[in-house]
Amino acid sequence: MASVIELDNLRVTFGKRNILKDLTGALSGRAIGLLGPNGAGKTTLIHTLLGFYKPSKGTARIFDVDIQKHPKLVRSQIGYMPERDSFIADVTCVHFVRLMAELSGLPPGAALERAHEALFYVGLGEARYRKLGTYSLGMKQLAKLAQAIVHGPKLIFLDEPTNGLDPPARKRMLELIREIKESGHSTVVLSSHLLRDVEECCDEILILKDGEIAAQCDLEEERKANRKFLELETRGATESFEQAIAGLGCEYAVTGNQRMKLILQDDVNISDLYKIAAERQVQIRRLNFKRDSLEDIFLKAME
Amino acid sequence: MAVFEHTYGPFEGQLTPQWSRFLVIPRHAYRIVFKSKLFTGLFVLSFLCPLVMAVLIYLHHNINALTLLEIGPTNLFPINNVFFRIFTTIQSSVAFVIAVLIGPALVSRDLTNNALPLYLCRPVSRFEYLLGKASVLIVLLSAITWVPGLLLFVFQSYLEGFGWLRYNLWLANAIFFSCFLWIVLLTLLSLALSAWIKWRIAASGALFASFIVPAAVTTMITALFRTPWSQVFNPSMLMQVVTDHLFRLDNSLNLESFVILPAWAGWFGLIVLFAFCIWMLTRKVRAYEVVS
Repeated sequence: MASVIELDNLRVTFGKRNILKDLTGALSGRAIGLLGPNGAGKTTLIHTLLGFYKPSKGTARIFDVDIQKHPKLVRSQIGYMPERDSFIADVTCVHFVRLMAELSGLPPGAALERAHEALFYVGLGEARYRKLGTYSLGMKQLAKLAQAIVHGPKLIFLDEPTNGLDPPARKRMLELIREIKESGHSTVVLSSHLLRDVEECCDEILILKDGEIAAQCDLEEERKANRKFLELETRGATESFEQAIAGLGCEYAVTGNQRMKLILQDDVNISDLYKIAAERQVQIRRLNFKRDSLEDIFLKAME
Repeated sequence: MAVFEHTYGPFEGQLTPQWSRFLVIPRHAYRIVFKSKLFTGLFVLSFLCPLVMAVLIYLHHNINALTLLEIGPTNLFPINNVFFRIFTTIQSSVAFVIAVLIGPALVSRDLTNNALPLYLCRPVSRFEYLLGKASVLIVLLSAITWVPGLLLFVFQSYLEGFGWLRYNLWLANAIFFSCFLWIVLLTLLSLALSAWIKWRIAASGALFASFIVPAAVTTMITALFRTPWSQVFNPSMLMQVVTDHLFRLDNSLNLESFVILPAWAGWFGLIVLFAFCIWMLTRKVRAYEVVS
């Protein structure tokens, strides 16, 4: 599959601080989740791809177009829903979305028609003649989504789209994102620190930590892989127990006090674990088979 | 309007040319600006002076009307550089009021509501965004300054004859450039101040103060030290000097000689002021500010 976003040694520096540190990789999913703790560089990466910040080194390509050489061409293919409240006060929502559509290059008549359609699509059809200043937070989020999709972009950046939403509104937002993804017209990049949101919508993830790529994986592939995941709760586990587990060739992650998750290799049996535990006088209090969740991938990346 | 599509899909029609996108900004801005009855009224009133001056020009060339009104031709104000200088002074004052009313809202509203990322994530550059915002003022102020000024000039030329036109063609330059410089100054100052202050009312106040306060302070300094050089910080005086220079007048306000700056200093001061405003705009008009 052709890459949607290619990062080529991308570095972004503010002052003397490197915010993005030589990122290299290619993303090709239909819905890409951008994960990471606060300050990891998710928003900076999106802003750099949009041309808001100039890379101090390297570059990136979106649909094979260099973001530095052809910024307008890149932006003409993108829709962006910012994290913070962003709107134009004292105008109706339909006027706002129409203005955004026209700035994206739609002729006035088509822009007005698409603005109405986009607002109906996101569920603001009945409120489209109200001024944006009177909208609730959830409605403002939907209005931001409408302006991001009104011109039918090939790539949509959604920066924390479920921030501040109540559960029904969040559900509605995630449904919309899934619908857009499944329409096949656009690729969605969803930046969030809410793992569940990303897990529900995305098929590929990029995890950032301190401006570096901590992990990148195809969630679909991970889900399809028939791997045996175990969750252990122990008493008296020591470092030598963990080393012995690793010695069996099992990937593992310590997830909390006396808890660990591990991937059982084909040639390793459960009895081997009990044997190791007995040798080191470690009690295995609980042992569950578990599917690898995004949380596991994330926690492992954060180690 | 009736909405038939409730699904999501790409746009498959013809896009507008890239160069014309910035014009979307003033088109939408005019819709908002002319919703205000106060502004619309003021804008209509701003054509009163050109109308009166057109009548004066007409009277100059209509003996019957003068006879009817019992006015001798020598009692009428001569149609010369002073006549057009007065026109530009009056219209510039009106332009200032209009700029104070609408200028600061253009950028400050976008900055207050974080709308800049929404503009700049589209194929619109910062320059095009500012050009779009500036053109709101440039077009409106042009409509009440140099456009009627040049129409009056053409009217006078038509009534007076080709000889007058050829002899006074420089006056057309003076009308255009003096008004246009004033428009650029007002536009840049109002955009720059609103970008830094963000609060519309305060930005309007700051625009007003940026002419009144330097004028008051520099007048005191000039009176104390009897030197004109502090006037380089007075935008009104800079425009006064440059406009007089363009209209080939030495001192249209009959000020004391030690108050008047040399013409080159006026031009230089204006260029520095323009550059400063552009620097202010480039510092603040960004999708996101980077806090080091």
